[in-house]
Amino acid sequence: MSQSIVKFENISKKYGSTLAISDVNLEVEAGEFVFLVGPSGAGKSTLLRLVAKEYAPSSGKILVFDKDIADIKSGQLPFYRRKLGFVFQDFKLLDDRTVFENVAIALEVRGHSDVEIVKEVEKILKLFEIWPKRNLFPNQLSGGEAQRTAIARAIIGKPDILLADEPTGDLDPQTSWGVIQLLNEINSWGTTVLMATHNVEIVNTLKRRVISVRDGKIIRDKKEGKYEIH
Amino acid sequence: MKQFNNLYIYMRVFNYVGKNIRRTPYQALAATMIMFLTFLTLLMFLLVALGSQKILQYFESKPQVIAFFKDNTTQQDVDLIENSLNQTGKVKSLRYISKEEAFQIYKDLNSAQPEMYEVVTSNMLPSSLEVSTNTLTDLNYINDVLSKEPAVRSVGFPKDVVQNVLESTSLVRWVGGIIVGFLIVFSVLIILMIIGFKIRIKRNEIEIMRLLGASTWFVRAPFIWEGITYATVGAATAWIGSYIVIWYFTPFLQPKLSEIPGILPVSPLIMLQLLLVVLTSAMIIGFIGSFSAVRRYLK
Repeated sequence: MSQSIVKFENISKKYGSTLAISDVNLEVEAGEFVFLVGPSGAGKSTLLRLVAKEYAPSSGKILVFDKDIADIKSGQLPFYRRKLGFVFQDFKLLDDRTVFENVAIALEVRGHSDVEIVKEVEKILKLFEIWPKRNLFPNQLSGGEAQRTAIARAIIGKPDILLADEPTGDLDPQTSWGVIQLLNEINSWGTTVLMATHNVEIVNTLKRRVISVRDGKIIRDKKEGKYEIH
Repeated sequence: MKQFNNLYIYMRVFNYVGKNIRRTPYQALAATMIMFLTFLTLLMFLLVALGSQKILQYFESKPQVIAFFKDNTTQQDVDLIENSLNQTGKVKSLRYISKEEAFQIYKDLNSAQPEMYEVVTSNMLPSSLEVSTNTLTDLNYINDVLSKEPAVRSVGFPKDVVQNVLESTSLVRWVGGIIVGFLIVFSVLIILMIIGFKIRIKRNEIEIMRLLGASTWFVRAPFIWEGITYATVGAATAWIGSYIVIWYFTPFLQPKLSEIPGILPVSPLIMLQLLLVVLTSAMIIGFIGSFSAVRRYLK
């Protein structure tokens, strides 16, 4: 029996008077690949940000690794975040750092030695086939290369959960498939992947668990689902 | 292993400080120059204050009030006056000059012109009592006490000189203090603004670092150390600048202040003490400025 890694219990989230998430109950098992689909403003990104503890829910309880994340003190938050990886639509790479430095920063903040960092970064950049681009800056990369760099940065710390917020949103279909294959491979290593997306083709082809969100509510949750938002 | 991790984190913080400074060299230069100006003013003020203190000490070490006695004054009268002065607690030293000693001093002063003392005898000169006080501000009181003594014919009291020295040193302290205080506040605000600006332009980087699991300390420390670096580099260069100024002006000032011991040339030990003072002040100013910026802009 698989273990629950993320659990939402009656979660609601308000931004001022706007209700972004309304009474959501959700359980994700360790090692799952879950698509969050829905129209813009449905609440997909908010769900991911709640897991990251970027926001606190207005009501309800979020359990990650069987612990209520509301109990995580600010001093412990960095250690919690080190168990998560983040990938964004706009990559969020640092413009004044090279590919190598952008990936290395994830290990720098954890206090790894320079020798360890060089070894680990080289390993992952070679695995993701961007080692030849290691000395280039983000504005010298294609969209696919930038997203590969961002994913490398997200997983170099070996997170248990990867949160991907529309990672293919700015990419052409062919490049999007390359990124998805990468995420699929990461999932095969045992990392739980939660991915918010609008990409119908990818969702329908991969046949993974699909959670449809609309107006802050989960309207459908299917194990081998399709892109359905109505 | 944890200690090694901490060591790497500390090294990385200083690495980030270096990168931050190199990537915005003009801001770094502006901040350091403001600090230089502040600490150069502070050092000049401290040196002038130390010099004026030496001048004050010099005047205080001199007999400042001289009471000239009437011809019929007895030794008993002098002893009584000395006792009453000692009881005030304001007197540092007393020296009685007899008529004979006064004549000898007169002779010594005019040794180059014998005709000046050939017609003078010891009887023509009054005996006197030279009084040094603990502080120059006590002089008026001692002058009043002596003036009321029946045995005293007149009192010599360089009132204008004393008043000028007191007013000058007081003015130096007040004006210097106000200027330095203003510059310190200005420096703190400049560091706050520059570090605040840097935090704003690095908002994206900070957000990413936090999501990657950087501790609050790891995010904040480079900014705090950057502020401290500007202040200490500014202070150190100001100290070198002040040393050059002193070295340049010493040959001009030394003959004019030759009477006052220990004022010029400025002792290297004093300069080292001043270096410690300005570096400590710089670290405090840099810390306050950058920490305030971090508290305000890095919530």
